Amino acid sequence: MKIDFTHHQSAHCENGVVSNLMKHNGFEVSEPMVFGIGSGLLFCYVPLLMVNHAPAITYRAMPGFIFKRFANRVGIKIKREKFKDPAKAKARLDENLEKNNPVGLQVGVYNLLYFPDEYRFHFNAHNMVVYGKEGDTYLISDPVMETVTTLTDKQLEKVRFAKGAFAPKGHMYYPIAFPKELHLEKAIIKGIKQTCKDMLAPVPIVGVKGIRMIAKLIRKWPKKKGTKVANHYLGQVVRMQEEIGTGGGGFRYIFAAFLQESSKILGNQKLSELSKEMTSIGDAWRDFALEASRIYKNRSPKTDAYNQVADMLDVIADREEQFFKKLRKAI
Amino acid sequence: MKKNEVPQDKSNLESANFKELCYAVDENGEYTTVNSSGWTPKTIALNQAIEDINERVAAAKNRVLNNDVSPIEYYMEYHKMDLGILSSYVGMWQWRVKRHFKPNVFKRLSTKTLKKYADAFDVSIEKLKNIELHEN
Repeated sequence: MKIDFTHHQSAHCENGVVSNLMKHNGFEVSEPMVFGIGSGLLFCYVPLLMVNHAPAITYRAMPGFIFKRFANRVGIKIKREKFKDPAKAKARLDENLEKNNPVGLQVGVYNLLYFPDEYRFHFNAHNMVVYGKEGDTYLISDPVMETVTTLTDKQLEKVRFAKGAFAPKGHMYYPIAFPKELHLEKAIIKGIKQTCKDMLAPVPIVGVKGIRMIAKLIRKWPKKKGTKVANHYLGQVVRMQEEIGTGGGGFRYIFAAFLQESSKILGNQKLSELSKEMTSIGDAWRDFALEASRIYKNRSPKTDAYNQVADMLDVIADREEQFFKKLRKAI
Repeated sequence: MKKNEVPQDKSNLESANFKELCYAVDENGEYTTVNSSGWTPKTIALNQAIEDINERVAAAKNRVLNNDVSPIEYYMEYHKMDLGILSSYVGMWQWRVKRHFKPNVFKRLSTKTLKKYADAFDVSIEKLKNIELHEN
């Protein structure tokens, strides 16, 4: 059995699943629109938490938040289910496919065999759509992949019941009720307002202040931790920024695309100008990644080099502070 | 980033035969999406992380062969896990898992407990006890 479902590749899995499910139900909503309305853009450093033996940094909102806010702001109802028993989880999935209803699933990446080995880490907040079943094989639309793929029922059970932080517990979700017409204007404004609030939050680890904090830490790493560990940490910052799913520049380009689209919907020329500014900030993030990669490539022990990339981050933080203040005024 | 500036470097994505999606602006300043085969600064970061894991696995292997720690530590590193992830896979407290890192404690584990670890690592109990049987 195969549901007539069109796969569109996206940069990020969560936006991609939402956008694809919306399109399936007859609403043309782009990936940047989902990301922007769901206030996906963020910067946050989580002290004490270590991911892959390096500090935890994120460039986006918590997994699941984007979808939740998007649904609330445009008025869609979503049904969510989690399971203790894998057999029950499978039965409910089959039931939905039987009813011609493609569903979103939260899964762990480590056992996703179609990913390149190097990308398989214990990250449990990946999202995909299941759109059919043939024998024991499930038909999978993974939004970050170029084309559709498949998983056997055993493989699917393993990724649905991955363990560790954000364990999916078979989490399955799908929209059940839609508004008659989609009114994006108010939702866009709400989304932008929250992003501005988050990025300018008076909290030392969040938003612009979080970027400054990381810059400060980068200056300390080589002396405090030694070159090897400092390089490993710096590599992690770059990986989080440019990971598959960010669309480049730590989600800044997707956000710029969202502003451009919004400027047309709202008829607000200022947003179009700000979109250009955000693109340029995205370029600055890319330059930072490039400089950082030179440090860990050469394994150069010069502390000066660390100060240099930290300076770049400070400049980015200043630019983003100005940017989000302007954006707040523009709407 | 302009459309023609989207990097098309060689990367580990090639092995899986897919390209990732990037957002970039076209000649008219309009946003569009472009597929990218990879970007070297990112590939270096990823390779460095993989190298780091391989070093950790090799070090753990040596410790096991020296009988300093039990094979559990080796398999944990091999599967890119840490104590928290492993303990949630086997359903035991972290301090208990940590205790099982001791070779003497490991030797006295029941088959039932060993089975939990073997399942988490997807190996037989025989392989769990003898890491030299585990292919690298």
